[in-house]
Amino acid sequence: MQGYNFAYLDEQTKRMIRRALLKAVAIPGHQVPFGSREMPLPYGWGTGGIQVTAAVLGRNDTLKVIDQGADDTTNAVSIRHFFGRTAGVRTTTHTAEATVIQTRHRIPEEKLREDQIIVYQVPQPEPLWKLEPSRVETKRMHALADYGLMHVKLYEDVARLGQISISYDYPVMVNNRYLMSPSPIPAYDNPKMNRMPALQLFGAGREKRIYAIPPWTEVRSLDFDDHPFRPINATQACGLCGATDSYKDEVITDDRGGRMFVCSDTDHCEQRRDAA
Amino acid sequence: MSDDPILSARGLTLSFGAIPALLNVDIELYLGEIVAIVGESGSGKTTLLNVLSGHLAPRSGIVTYRDPDGAPHDVHAMPSPMLRGLQRSDWGFVHQDPRRNLRMNVSAGGNVGERLMAQGARHYGDIRAQALDWLEQVEIDADRIDDLPRTFSGGMLQRLQIARTLVTHPRLVFMDEPTGGLDVSVQARLLDLIRSLVARLGVAVVLVTHDIAVARLLGHRIAVMQRGRVVETGLTDQVLDDPRHPYTQLLVSSVLQA
Amino acid sequence: MAYVAVKGGERAIRNAHAWLAEERRGDSSVPDLGLAQIREQLGRAIDRVMAEGSCYDPDLAALAIKQAQGDLIEAVFLLRAYRTTLPRFAHSAPIDTAKIAAARRISAIFKDVPGGQILGPTYDYTHRLLDFELAESQPPPDAPLAAPDPSPMPRVHDILGREGLLEADGPIDAEPADLTREPLSFPAGRDVRLQALARGDEGFLLSMGYSTQRGYGGSHPFAGEIRVGEVSVEITPPELGFAIDIGDLTVTECQMVNQFKGSKTQPPQFTRGYGLVFGFSERKAMSMALVDRALRAAELGEDVTAPAQSPEFVLYHSDNVEATGFVEHLKLPHYVDFQSELQNVRRLREAVDQREAAE
Repeated sequence: MQGYNFAYLDEQTKRMIRRALLKAVAIPGHQVPFGSREMPLPYGWGTGGIQVTAAVLGRNDTLKVIDQGADDTTNAVSIRHFFGRTAGVRTTTHTAEATVIQTRHRIPEEKLREDQIIVYQVPQPEPLWKLEPSRVETKRMHALADYGLMHVKLYEDVARLGQISISYDYPVMVNNRYLMSPSPIPAYDNPKMNRMPALQLFGAGREKRIYAIPPWTEVRSLDFDDHPFRPINATQACGLCGATDSYKDEVITDDRGGRMFVCSDTDHCEQRRDAA
Repeated sequence: MSDDPILSARGLTLSFGAIPALLNVDIELYLGEIVAIVGESGSGKTTLLNVLSGHLAPRSGIVTYRDPDGAPHDVHAMPSPMLRGLQRSDWGFVHQDPRRNLRMNVSAGGNVGERLMAQGARHYGDIRAQALDWLEQVEIDADRIDDLPRTFSGGMLQRLQIARTLVTHPRLVFMDEPTGGLDVSVQARLLDLIRSLVARLGVAVVLVTHDIAVARLLGHRIAVMQRGRVVETGLTDQVLDDPRHPYTQLLVSSVLQA
Repeated sequence: MAYVAVKGGERAIRNAHAWLAEERRGDSSVPDLGLAQIREQLGRAIDRVMAEGSCYDPDLAALAIKQAQGDLIEAVFLLRAYRTTLPRFAHSAPIDTAKIAAARRISAIFKDVPGGQILGPTYDYTHRLLDFELAESQPPPDAPLAAPDPSPMPRVHDILGREGLLEADGPIDAEPADLTREPLSFPAGRDVRLQALARGDEGFLLSMGYSTQRGYGGSHPFAGEIRVGEVSVEITPPELGFAIDIGDLTVTECQMVNQFKGSKTQPPQFTRGYGLVFGFSERKAMSMALVDRALRAAELGEDVTAPAQSPEFVLYHSDNVEATGFVEHLKLPHYVDFQSELQNVRRLREAVDQREAAE
């Protein structure tokens, strides 16, 4: 691709992003503002994740890109092509082979390793945004670890509905200090974040924030002792590979209510079918 | 109970533009006692309360708080997170308008439980039980626990605010006209409630009011303010039965004539 | 030099218009823009002008865009003014979007749906890199053709509705209000609100919709279904007594699935937001659906705290022809009013001066 630096961004911009990443890794779960650039993909479609990936990607990396857990969804394809054109790095659909994984809204089923980086695309980095739209206010709350707003929201859920009713983007406490949004992954994926061996990086391009969880960090989903965190998943097995312990997509097969459930992680499903 | 005051202020001075709000004010407060600060509007009593509670910085003077270990802290020199931490746990503030201190779109139970959760309480059943207990103590019907405060009367809102404030057993509570704007009968009930809660919990209270009757009912000691100065101070009954300063005499006599 | 009252306003206006005509034409050695070119190659501008002009006529829209030099709000204004002169001879039957010949049909809430996920001619996955090859007039390569798929394309909303997961739609027998005939008044029913949104400024609705996603009155929206395609317009002339097809419209329809309502006793259901716009207008249709849902806040028992949830705020300020008229009217002479203000301020300042002199 003529006229563009490796992975599209110029080296100074990458440095700026890496400085933000270093701060983020040093303060797990804390949101670091960064000078997000206009990218050739629209805000809201992964520009933050793309900038983070561009800043950490090297020529010898192997990149996997997934959206909703699948490699072949249109946006994953588009982003993978983008890095194919601008960086020429090796790409893969196999989680185990990747050194950098960019993801929208899922964590792969396969356990990640110390030598891997997972980059999450984040639409809304502020975990308190639904309760308090003012960023000035939420900044103060994080600084003072004043999370009363979130506590009462959980209390109200149990009081009104009998259970905590958050299904995705379930708020977590990182390293026992910062309240963080894990991005809109299903609550089912939250436990994978706890003490993950891989480095977890989060990029929000439109909101211009970066945050991170260093390897082996404690990540706890908010709950009550007597209403413990309970991730939601379909109870059916995968209609293609039979897995019962992976997160499932519901696929409508006809207009009379017919449906089947399949693994959302397409690589995981394929590996299982190949092994069978 | 220590011999040292839990809160003491020396030489507090503050002006708003050309208007002097506080002129060299000294005051002391001990655990277990209620000090009532009285005066008309414009006397500086609310400004004093805001300076004492760390919400407003004086131009000169110092406010000293003694923590449970007896160590003194300059309220206006302490780091903001520490002050905020105090304001959420060891201290309480009861506003004249309860809506300022309540989350109006959160249930009564959630409002009372919030400070407990901020301190790390994580058992829903326990939190709810404590909230129920406190609602009972402030004489709010237990079956209102899941109701939103917008369905409460003014008196109920004030009692809910008190429950929310006292649930973490603060040592020091600031009250700004807690019965202002309420019906006379509602006031009386509320004052009784405050008096018994404070006596039972051994809290120290700074209470600001323009109403001499409230001061007489609740205050162990009284400080009379006029135009930014404390003109007279002492045991409530002594000051009100035998006022020395002409302004205090004026205040007391106007009540008797009413 | 003594002041002489200036005359010649009429001549000035004539000259201004002549200059405008020259500006509009631009460099005469450059070929004049043809209406067919605008209609064929600036389709998104055409769609926007038709939608906000409340008039489906691509040729008229093309003329308006040319006459307005590309200023789309000015073009909308021209089309609206023209619309005022058109007699209304019939009402059509409500268009049946279930029968849209879908060029594009996607759902974000299920991985796959009967009838499939059809991308259509979308910008979504293009990379926003300026394509300098477009500067040359080269014909684009042929897009691959497939045989048309006859499988049914049920509404995604009906799939959710069958399980009772989605609130039912409102009643459809009453006569809808007509904002082009009667003034807006409050409380405004949903029909009025939707009509105002359909012809409202795309930028304004975009911002309002965006604000709901950032915490100013949010409702956890998901794009249940977006359909873009042609749909036929039918009228029933009284002389005939049966329906006849008088033409096709291209429309974009967006059904948003939003935050459920429910409690310990009432089973929760998802709620709806709806957007429908002329042409290929996804951004507008989606924004409209977000704002439609936000405006239902009071009806659904939610706190009204944000601008997008306030019907008066949204509906009074969504019409860009009204808005531009009033904002730009500030250019008209106001020197009489200003003169009285000037005198007022001078007098107040004198009073302050006098007071200070007295002290």
